[in-house]
Amino acid sequence: MTQATFEQLVEVSLTVNGERVDARVPAGRHVVDFLRLDLGLTGAHAGCEHGVCGACTLQIDGEIVRGCLILAAQMDGAEIWTIEGVTDSKEIADLQDNFVERNALQCGFCTPGMIFAARDILTRHKGVPGRADIREHISGNYCRCTGYEAIVDAIETTARARNSAKEGAE
Amino acid sequence: MSIRFDNPDRPNSYIGRTVPRPNARRLVEGRGRYVDDIVLPRMLHAVFLRSPYAHARILSIDTGAARAASGVRGVFTGADLAEHCTPWVAVLEHLKGLKSAPQHPIAVDRATWTGEAVAAVVADTRAQAEEAAALIEVEYEPLQPVTDMRTALDPETPVLHPDLGDNLTFQREHVSGNPAEVMRSAPVIVESRFKTGRHTGVCVEPRSILADYNRSEKQLTVYHSTQAPHMMQVVFAEHLGLPEGAVRVICGDVGGSFGIKVHVYPDEVATATISKILGRPVKFIADRLESFATDIHARDHEIDARMALDEDGRILALDIEDLTGIGPYSVYPRTSAIEGNQVVNLCGGPYDFAHYRARTTVVLQNKSPTCQYRAVGHPIAAAVTEGMVDLAAEKLGLDPIEIRRRNLISDDAYPYTSPANMRFEGLSHHQSLNKLVEMMDYTALRAEQASLREKGVYRGIGIASFIELTNPSPFMYGIGGARISAQDGCTVRMDPDGSVVAMSGVTEQGQGTEAMLAQITAEAVGVPVGRVRVITGDTQTTPYGGGTWASRGAGIGGEAALQAGRALRGNILTVAGAMLQCAPETLDIVDGQIVDLGTDTARMPLAELGRVVYFRGDTLPKGLPRELVVTRHYITSDYPFAFTNGIQASYVEVDPETGFVTLLKHWCVEDCGRVINPQLVDEQIRGGIVQGIGGALYEESLYDAEGQLLNANMADYLVPMAAEMPDMIIGHVETPTLESELGAKGAGEAGTAGAPAAVMNAINDAIRPLGGRVTSMPMTPERILRSIHSLPE
Repeated sequence: MTQATFEQLVEVSLTVNGERVDARVPAGRHVVDFLRLDLGLTGAHAGCEHGVCGACTLQIDGEIVRGCLILAAQMDGAEIWTIEGVTDSKEIADLQDNFVERNALQCGFCTPGMIFAARDILTRHKGVPGRADIREHISGNYCRCTGYEAIVDAIETTARARNSAKEGAE
Repeated sequence: MSIRFDNPDRPNSYIGRTVPRPNARRLVEGRGRYVDDIVLPRMLHAVFLRSPYAHARILSIDTGAARAASGVRGVFTGADLAEHCTPWVAVLEHLKGLKSAPQHPIAVDRATWTGEAVAAVVADTRAQAEEAAALIEVEYEPLQPVTDMRTALDPETPVLHPDLGDNLTFQREHVSGNPAEVMRSAPVIVESRFKTGRHTGVCVEPRSILADYNRSEKQLTVYHSTQAPHMMQVVFAEHLGLPEGAVRVICGDVGGSFGIKVHVYPDEVATATISKILGRPVKFIADRLESFATDIHARDHEIDARMALDEDGRILALDIEDLTGIGPYSVYPRTSAIEGNQVVNLCGGPYDFAHYRARTTVVLQNKSPTCQYRAVGHPIAAAVTEGMVDLAAEKLGLDPIEIRRRNLISDDAYPYTSPANMRFEGLSHHQSLNKLVEMMDYTALRAEQASLREKGVYRGIGIASFIELTNPSPFMYGIGGARISAQDGCTVRMDPDGSVVAMSGVTEQGQGTEAMLAQITAEAVGVPVGRVRVITGDTQTTPYGGGTWASRGAGIGGEAALQAGRALRGNILTVAGAMLQCAPETLDIVDGQIVDLGTDTARMPLAELGRVVYFRGDTLPKGLPRELVVTRHYITSDYPFAFTNGIQASYVEVDPETGFVTLLKHWCVEDCGRVINPQLVDEQIRGGIVQGIGGALYEESLYDAEGQLLNANMADYLVPMAAEMPDMIIGHVETPTLESELGAKGAGEAGTAGAPAAVMNAINDAIRPLGGRVTSMPMTPERILRSIHSLPE
């Protein structure tokens, strides 16, 4: 084996959490590894590395995706948001507060991915989603610790509060 | 002075209250620090080449091409590491006759399960190490594998380790009373065979270790995702030839453990060994395939059970014949005989009967090693016992609640010794049963079930009582010779600003250990809970302890924190008395202030006391004790274990067309003694129930006859996901243990212990009208359809 040749390194320019990032990435490197190894953003976790557990869930160009199923080399021009970014922007502070209050996390390894799945249904669903809807929406995110009920509760509580705030404003 | 736990208005009343966990905020913001998040200068990455055969002789290993690959800093075989690391044999003296073979960090000469490491590559990046590992040429001579535990002891089956003589690693029979005679004469006999599926923990964070040997200091620092840092310190020291004091194990955030991370794994020891050889930090993070193939498995049991009853449905005798396969080695240092031993200890546990025979037979096989996994043996014992009780109820025409009322140990019978010789200090089976019946509105639920049945809807209700072993004394491991501490300690320190630091030997893996310790320390000292910082998981700074397993964190670690906190409080009051020129007995500490006892009139903030002690000690009387650091240890001594009890109920619907089970609702009433944080206890129960449901319905590590693991990925190995799980109603009865002032027993495994039994009984209740009955777990749609004859048997 020799040093990676030019073809094996791909230049990308993207934004991560609102900041511009220019990098040359190995062609085989997944986004979750790129974030963790190259940018030091360790909030997204590699749990199964085949797209099932959801621990690496993050947002790319407005959609939640598996960071282990997409290559960093495909990210030229992309806009990535990680748990660190959406925490700093405080846009999901209410959701995070409710996770803490309800103890909707134990070991915390699945939590950043779970938060993205939760944020997604809260953004997409008009009104307050039913518990079955919430369960369905987070059913691609594996949590071994909680048994899920506390997570469903925390999301439901956030949805209700946001909905009342919205109705109050109207 | 003892704490009036019965008075919720007492000062500093954190024990018994829901208080948020101090570490939850950073985890929810993605700012945890798991082992894989740690990067050290000159760190290398270890990757293991693993055996594709269940059983094969290793004829040769050619590492030349791998050594020459880019970024590679070392390639190691079993023989290479054997020069630096001694092998281990996982036996314990109190498990009479238990035998196992010497195990090396990397296989030497022979691979004994698919996934056993046969070589290691370390390189600058993990990708480089993986590429190089693929260049290693291993010549194998495949050997006949031992896969079926039913034939493992047959004369024509090869002996896995010839030096052991046979494949029988452990056998124990326990007889109490005269079960054979009772079985012959009893009016009612029921019998059945049960099977629990071999499965594993599937922690979301895989096993993770970063070992850093510093040659100049001759110190090995290991960042480890583990439950038992001090145990691992001993293991690394012993097998790498280091003094225990030269090994420091640091355990930061752990992404789930459930018993998986309390064992010694060969690849982890190999990683530490390689770090010592190279004098560089070496990281190993298992990938998911490695997790399925090399994390310990559990629950691979087949049980034949017989129960004798009188005409009134009173249990007279129970006979248990248990067979389990544990893989090629007993797992170090806790051994793989414990699970079978627990089946013997726990079957029939909730019930009052006299005649008991149970035997466990533990055999070797060429599959992943098994060992202790959340609720060790309990889900098996509960499924068998509760399955038999329901079978007896059916035969006698009794309601499942009624037969349990007739047989559960009476609430006023304690102390009580079970026919398995388990000693119970105080349990609450009947109170718990009554509470469950009320919580679930049992009568109304039965009415609903009956009316739906007429419409062709097959719903079932399943009940399962259980006991849970918690707060283990040295009787669990120490008496067998294992250097695993049953004692635990806590150091509590007041700093100049009046804040408090608590350092404990028990560890946190998400269950809320640190919140529990903070609450207890805050109440014991008399400070707001937010003023307590908790440090766990560092062998160099925390008191020596066992870590967190067997539901011991709150009961053992919590009591040590209580005693340390109260001692610190006494020391603070001694200083306060001198400063305020009054008797310490007339003072108290409330909410971080020195107050007058009784009136709570504020006299002085703790920060003022801290200022004087640390910076103006000259103003205090010479010789006045001013120790603002206190350590206390705690160990149980009256009982070998603090048993808890509980009862669960499951409500399910079975689709007879598809065999699919819908979990409608689940209830649990649990008695873990003093509840320190109601929310955390409830969430332990809920998480445990769902983990139990996994084993009941979905999870099984499937092997073919050649010992190939067929479903080592998360697409084929099913785990419980949110959409299929029920909401769970949790209730409590509190029977504090009298051994400790705190009175806490463990709660971490109760959910897992009882859930499979409850779900199994519910499914069988649903399909009984169709002539079906399933006793093999996981209870898959296929097994359910076969049992109701929709598919051929």
